[in-house]
Amino acid sequence: MSTSQISSDTKYLFKRDKTWWVKLAVPRPLRDALGYDLRRSLHTEDVETAREARWETIEEFRNRFDEVRAAQADGTAATVIHSADESDEVLEFPGGVRQVDQHIVEIVSDSGEGAQKCGQILGLVSGKMGNGVWTVEIIPAEIQPPARERQGASGIRVRMGSKYMTNMGDEADIVVAFNEQVLYSRISNHAYRKGTVVLLENMWAEDPDERIRNQYREALTDFESQGLNVIELPIQQECLKLVPDPRKGKNMFVLGMICSIYHRDTDIAKAEIAKIFKKKGDKVIKINHDLFDAGCAFARDNIDFSFEIPASEEDRLESAVVMNGNTAAGLGVMAAGIEMVAMYPITPATSASHYLAEDFHLTGGFVHQAEDEIAAIGFAIGASYAGKTACTITSGPGMALKTEMIGLAVMAEVPLVIIDVQRGSPSTGLPTKVEQGDLLSTLYGAPGDSPKIVMAAATISECFHFVVMARRLAESFRTPVVMLTDANLGTGVQPIERPDVTEEWFAAPLDQSDWNQDVAPYDWDEKTGLSERPIPGMRGGEYILTGLAHNRQGKIAYDTASNQEGMDMRSRKLATMFATMKPPEVHGDPEGDLLIVGWGSTLGAIEEAVDRARAQGLKVSSVHLRFLSPMEPGLKEIFSRFKKVMTIEINYSDEPGSPLLTEENRRYSQLALVLRAHTLMDIDCWSKVPGHPLQPGTIHNVIESRLEEIEGAEACSA
Amino acid sequence: MFGLKGDWSLEVKDRYFTLDDYTGAVPRWCTGCGDHGILAAVHRVCRDSQIKPEKTVAVSGIGCSSRLPHYMSTYGFHGLHGRALPVACGIKSRRPDLDVWVATGDGDCFSIGAAHWIHAMRYNMDITLLVFDNGIYGLTKKQTSPTTPLDVPTNTHPSGALLPPLNPLTVTLGITNISFVAQIVDWNAPLRHEVIKKAHEHKGTSFVRIIQRCPVYVESIGKTLQDEPARMRLLTHEKGVQVDDMVKRLFPNNAEHDPSDLAAARALAEDESVLPLGILYHNPDARQYDKITATGLDMTSEDRLAGMNEALDHFAL
Repeated sequence: MSTSQISSDTKYLFKRDKTWWVKLAVPRPLRDALGYDLRRSLHTEDVETAREARWETIEEFRNRFDEVRAAQADGTAATVIHSADESDEVLEFPGGVRQVDQHIVEIVSDSGEGAQKCGQILGLVSGKMGNGVWTVEIIPAEIQPPARERQGASGIRVRMGSKYMTNMGDEADIVVAFNEQVLYSRISNHAYRKGTVVLLENMWAEDPDERIRNQYREALTDFESQGLNVIELPIQQECLKLVPDPRKGKNMFVLGMICSIYHRDTDIAKAEIAKIFKKKGDKVIKINHDLFDAGCAFARDNIDFSFEIPASEEDRLESAVVMNGNTAAGLGVMAAGIEMVAMYPITPATSASHYLAEDFHLTGGFVHQAEDEIAAIGFAIGASYAGKTACTITSGPGMALKTEMIGLAVMAEVPLVIIDVQRGSPSTGLPTKVEQGDLLSTLYGAPGDSPKIVMAAATISECFHFVVMARRLAESFRTPVVMLTDANLGTGVQPIERPDVTEEWFAAPLDQSDWNQDVAPYDWDEKTGLSERPIPGMRGGEYILTGLAHNRQGKIAYDTASNQEGMDMRSRKLATMFATMKPPEVHGDPEGDLLIVGWGSTLGAIEEAVDRARAQGLKVSSVHLRFLSPMEPGLKEIFSRFKKVMTIEINYSDEPGSPLLTEENRRYSQLALVLRAHTLMDIDCWSKVPGHPLQPGTIHNVIESRLEEIEGAEACSA
Repeated sequence: MFGLKGDWSLEVKDRYFTLDDYTGAVPRWCTGCGDHGILAAVHRVCRDSQIKPEKTVAVSGIGCSSRLPHYMSTYGFHGLHGRALPVACGIKSRRPDLDVWVATGDGDCFSIGAAHWIHAMRYNMDITLLVFDNGIYGLTKKQTSPTTPLDVPTNTHPSGALLPPLNPLTVTLGITNISFVAQIVDWNAPLRHEVIKKAHEHKGTSFVRIIQRCPVYVESIGKTLQDEPARMRLLTHEKGVQVDDMVKRLFPNNAEHDPSDLAAARALAEDESVLPLGILYHNPDARQYDKITATGLDMTSEDRLAGMNEALDHFAL
């Protein structure tokens, strides 16, 4: 079939894996309900058959548009928040106590109203009660965006469960909103579903500004028409009974409400409140305790439903610590025995350095805030060269600036730990939001061949442990090691098992023994590429490190043989490391219809989605990669046991069926591209850049639709 | 094995270092290049102070100047263009026992590395910073540098440099927390030696701008200055450098300048008609960042482990 034939008449049609599909764009006003387009497989390979068959489906799709339009017109609940909701259970809130195995609560407000602190305490209290918890902050990019602005939403989501929580989950069950406008940005992020309970501050209904009163009224109608279950509450009014300016303190009242709704232990909560306000004195603690108590009482008297989330004994952590991934990485730096972190402020990585600035002295370390990203890594390289393996922490734009220095560390074989907390990109992109966009630039960003170890933490616990591993790998392989995390891990908070650090975790004391002068500074072992390095202070080891091509003696060498040998040796180190690695474990059956491959922070959401699909009887499994360079072994063998292999990632890829897109020009997501080259297999991908973590429900939908496609293709070829 | 001290008494040492102990590969600088003399001065200062070669690190960026580490037999770090200072500061940050030298040039320091120059001066870590300023990019073959004099033709500005040159002294003297600023010319050996020696002895970042001849690309810059000593002013002081009369006689302009007087130093630097030579500014009491970055070095593994557990306790449920 030639391309010209395809282009002649393929209106509403596109081809995937030899099967023709029909696709119809959804008119803009209906997109909230139906998504961007409707599509269905025609189960045929033949374009002529597809041309015939498409009209019936198009007709059906158009009828569907009409139905939704009609439903919207009479304001019925058909206007759901997003299309996947049709199958969702609609929460009913009969009075009384109900037991649930997990619930998601959001608190959203204008910036500076303390919603995050409220959620953090809720998370801590739940953790202490033995619940699994995942907390994620909703952070506007500006420090103080104007009040009541949709994009200025600041807040927090807390997912509490009986079992260990690995991700932020799907739509929230309950949201407390300090004003109605901030809910809009969350709605557009699909944070809520039909039936989500909105506990809404009602002060805006009586606002002196008519515009605000109108906005509030309109929003109420809007929310109700979208199926949200709005309960208006006089939160401000209640707080005014205790404090003159509830802008400060309302959050503790709300905390009390939520603690009452979820039967949280109020003693633990009040102890946490006291801890947070310790520096501000007893008077402040007292006011906040009073507000908290008032919130509890108010909910008890005015809200007639409540939930219990019993903690599962088997998932209870023996000895837990609660932290976000950035703090975990900071603690990992300390546990690794690293003494120097050089950084330049960059969102969303900086909080790791904020933490270190607080506690690094406890292990004798120091945070250097450099004049720029380049100086930060240069400083770290200097410390590493002098025998104190150092670390630099940054995000995508910082990685771009550090590229030349990373190349130098590779070339001169300087051990170094680089932590990249990825954010939306390119350029300044989405500073506070998650993306897995730095994989390719980390692997291949430097000019020439720049082999280095690249690993990706998939959990908050790994943010800690991987730094310890990274320092060891950096020194053993005399190379920079990049640990990729992202804004999701960096800001997600959860209880993790307390690491049992021992002295062996720390770097060995500085070696200042004499160097055998007969050993060259790059005394490469032909078989492994490895060599020992002299450290300044070692008598007899004096050498000049250079970023120029050099020979074993470290001398500048422009000749062909030396250049080739240096390249070979640096690359051979990766092969050496590869030889020590084990294949990744498959989550689910070792064979089946579909294998999802992921990396980084999507682990929890992918596995939760896979488990749901498997519970339905679908033959799907997943594999999650921790090492991207060298790539983990055995992938081809694992992949070959599945009918289809695809990556799921938070980075950009072209969506099949988009205008002008063909199999030939489709741009794949980053891991998919690497795996295609690595295995020479036809690895597909599904990736999005939503600016928020992927949710299990979304991934579940992807799994279902891909399995349908596989079935369709099979039926077709049968 | 032994060295003669100034007072002729005999000091017996385990190791005595000669110039050879600091001398590396044969320099590949052009004949007549001012860098040769600077290197000789560095070797001599090292020898005179008997610093251990294995405890000495020469750090550089990219350019003719930055080849210096290869001509030393100490440790060396020949890194990236403009980035010698962050690396040197990083070395010093956790290894205060190392003697760190930086060799850089007018392009490396004042152009691509300008940000680091400003900030390293303010960090004031104990580093001897020698800027080989020949007013031209030599290694890449004659492009305009920030200090190329107005109208001097280069390969990037064939009809002459378009803008008046940067004054590195006024810039440096304007930075907060500086502690040592000096200027010399490569061709006056006694002064060169005295100033580099003082710079090395100083605890803090010692900035020495060395006006250095490039006979291949801009012979005129160095030569005209060399031929007209009246365009220079020699600064001497009991707190600065003192040279013998033979040296003084070479400079018709002589002045006593107290290097603790920052305002006077700035005034001398401002006057571009006469180049001040000697130590312009010296403040032994400026805050040294390396004393702060090195805190905790003496902690034992047990201390660290206890600290680690204390840190984890902050997050315990």
